[in-house]
Amino acid sequence: MSLSQIARKQYLDVKARARPTARWLLGNWMELIIETLIRLAGLSTTVIVGLIFFFLLREGLPTFLDIPLRALFSSRWYPTQGLYGLWPLIVGSLLVTAGAVLIAVPLGLTTAIYLGEIAPPWQKEILKPLIEMLAGIPSIVLGFLGWVALAPIIQDLGAPTGLTAFSGSVILAYMALPTIISISEDALYAVPKDYRDAALAIGATQWQTIWRVVFPAARSGLVMAVMLGIGRAIGETMAVMLVTGNAAHIPAFGTDMLFQPVRTMTATIAAEMGEVSQGSMHYSVLFGIGILLFLTTFAINFLAGRLVGQQVARRRGGRL
Amino acid sequence: MVNLALAWAEAYHSVDPAVDIAVTGGGSGTGIAALINNTVDIANASRDIKEDEVAAAQKNGATPVEFIVAVDALAVIVNPRNPVNALTIQQLSDIFTGRITNWETVGGNNAPIVLVSRESNSGTHVYFLENVVRQGDSNNKDIFASQTLMMPSSVGIVSEVSRNPNAIGYDGLGYVTSNVKLIAVAPDPNSPYVLASVETAADGSYPLARYLYMYTAGKPTGVVANYIDWIRSPAGQQIVADLGFVPIAAE
Amino acid sequence: MKRQHTQKLAVGLITAAAALVVIPIILVIVMIFVKGITAISWEFLTAKPSHGMKAGGIMPAILGTLILTLGTAIACIPLAIGAAIYLAEYSSDSRLARWVRLAMVNLAGIPSIVYGLFGLGAFVLFLNLGTSILAGSLTLGIMTLPVVISTAEEAIRAVPQEFRIVSQSLGATRWQTIRHQVLPHAVPGIMTGIILGLSRAAGETAPILFTVAAFYLPNLPRSASDQTMALPYHLYVISTQVPAMPLAVQYGTALVLLLVVLSLTLTATVIRARMRRRRDW
Repeated sequence: MSLSQIARKQYLDVKARARPTARWLLGNWMELIIETLIRLAGLSTTVIVGLIFFFLLREGLPTFLDIPLRALFSSRWYPTQGLYGLWPLIVGSLLVTAGAVLIAVPLGLTTAIYLGEIAPPWQKEILKPLIEMLAGIPSIVLGFLGWVALAPIIQDLGAPTGLTAFSGSVILAYMALPTIISISEDALYAVPKDYRDAALAIGATQWQTIWRVVFPAARSGLVMAVMLGIGRAIGETMAVMLVTGNAAHIPAFGTDMLFQPVRTMTATIAAEMGEVSQGSMHYSVLFGIGILLFLTTFAINFLAGRLVGQQVARRRGGRL
Repeated sequence: MVNLALAWAEAYHSVDPAVDIAVTGGGSGTGIAALINNTVDIANASRDIKEDEVAAAQKNGATPVEFIVAVDALAVIVNPRNPVNALTIQQLSDIFTGRITNWETVGGNNAPIVLVSRESNSGTHVYFLENVVRQGDSNNKDIFASQTLMMPSSVGIVSEVSRNPNAIGYDGLGYVTSNVKLIAVAPDPNSPYVLASVETAADGSYPLARYLYMYTAGKPTGVVANYIDWIRSPAGQQIVADLGFVPIAAE
Repeated sequence: MKRQHTQKLAVGLITAAAALVVIPIILVIVMIFVKGITAISWEFLTAKPSHGMKAGGIMPAILGTLILTLGTAIACIPLAIGAAIYLAEYSSDSRLARWVRLAMVNLAGIPSIVYGLFGLGAFVLFLNLGTSILAGSLTLGIMTLPVVISTAEEAIRAVPQEFRIVSQSLGATRWQTIRHQVLPHAVPGIMTGIILGLSRAAGETAPILFTVAAFYLPNLPRSASDQTMALPYHLYVISTQVPAMPLAVQYGTALVLLLVVLSLTLTATVIRARMRRRRDW
């Protein structure tokens, strides 16, 4: 064939392929449907979060509309007698979470350092699966153990009862540890090796390197780990319900503040939801507490997300 | 009443295997709320239904019908190591409202009093509130002290009281075990102090005896009616006695 | 040599802290195992409870947990994989994509009891499904979405870009590329995420409290509109509400729950490890 004949044949082939055949149309139509479905699936997460907030508001808004704020923030929670003071529940959640953070953050950060900087590989092989197992233990199992094993110990240590905010804090601390450890580990790992090498090169010990160089460099990641740990602790229900005594009591300020019984927001919803009739004020207030919890965790996650953004921006803007 | 309801349900399965009875716990308030919401056929309650609950049920289309199915003595319990043996209703009211906070004041050791109670949805809680804390006075507005431990069930109360030397709680007689000690109760310092038992509840000498109820939405028919009739018959009441409660025929 | 002393002290404290974290984990697992194993028998695992829950077995609760896990999978997987594909392949850095990611992070942080409230308000009451396996599965499914989406997205992103480029240069459409070149290689990672998510759902109590769980059912559930017993709720009930419950039975139930959950977690870990080793890129 001559050159022009070959060229024409090629042109006709291309043209034939490009011409819309029925098969081509059907194939593309299917593709369009699938792509739309995928996009809808992606959108669904936003829709679902919106729906959750919508339903919480739908059932819980009367709380904030019908009950005067002064009553809502009074110091007694006794719904069956018309007392809807949320303050003891909020304080209860805050106390237990604060105690958990006080225990979990030092333990978690140091364990992350241990795993990242000190532990030999064989230990890492054992420790990391163990920590993952801790993350997998259901909260009811830990709550059960707290009730049968931990509370009696705390009672024997001299507390008036074993069911205290402290008992809740201990269990929550261990539940939050895997989150704190893994995010801290990532943050520490992300610090470039050069930082450590430079410090060691000018004569710092390993500890000085960790404390003065690595820690500050990983600061925002560590803060994020703490915040997500807090979010995990505030939202826990079953574990605290079994060990904190569920007393809607604001402990007097003092050294034994943590060793008094408290009642958290989450346990209140779980314990009382079964008994309320739909549409009653009590029902609405429980949903109102749900709104508070939703907004709190939303705020924590939002802030943590901003921190990540800052960290990424800083890394992009810096010499890395 | 959950252990009673469970025992009845299990026993009835041999009486009429065709009938399925599902039992869920959660306190008198939970059961009555479920009855109002029309999600259950029978609500067990250890207190009588309140006026606003009757109104709510009627709004949803049915008037609750009440059946007395057993009698219960409400026992006051403390740890076996506690030297205190007897208390008046006034003293109990002062203790549970937080006016008395140390065992010394009522003749015990120098130790803080730890209050143990049911959640407010419990009929037992409401009965104790009305008859002990408020001493039967409907104008009294006292409530439990805020540091009262709220246990999810009667079992929890016995557990905590049995292992905490400082604790005091209350429970239906059927739940009391040998791990706790009964307190003799008197209506006032001049009356005899009586220990809770099936006999003292039946003959009225124990001041804290109460009825246990079952409620249905409207007059029950068919299998529900048969079940309630069986419960109130000698066969059903035998189970009441077995579990440590007081059969209705006895009084 | 003060610095050397500080170094030794610091290392000692850090090691002690790590031990303080790890030793209780081992203690917890050993304790549940030792105290619960005496209750485990063939009858325990296959019989229904009797004598007010004190005797017999916990089979309905085990079955209920398995049913709910299956239901969660059905409710969650299609949506989660679709969303993961969207985030990994279709989203770029658009505003919509950022909203979707924000939504996911928040879904992950919502307390489990709030999911229970949502399930009650939306599925049990609004859609009138009543307390049923359907309502419970939907609630658990939504709760499990964030975990599965984020691991699946990671797995899809991990497939090398070359696969996509070559596929498209041969004339395949975007979906064809995803379906035939990307997804098959992401399957192990996606499965890891699914199994991890399901193991979490199997252990949850709060979301099923008002949406599906029952204390005592005389018969096994027969349809998706029935209630069911479930292991986490069963453990809660027998440890707090049943009189004279033998402690061994309580520990035994905790042990069974732990084994169910941990075996799922272990499966996921094994898949992930084997996948890493067998990866051919």
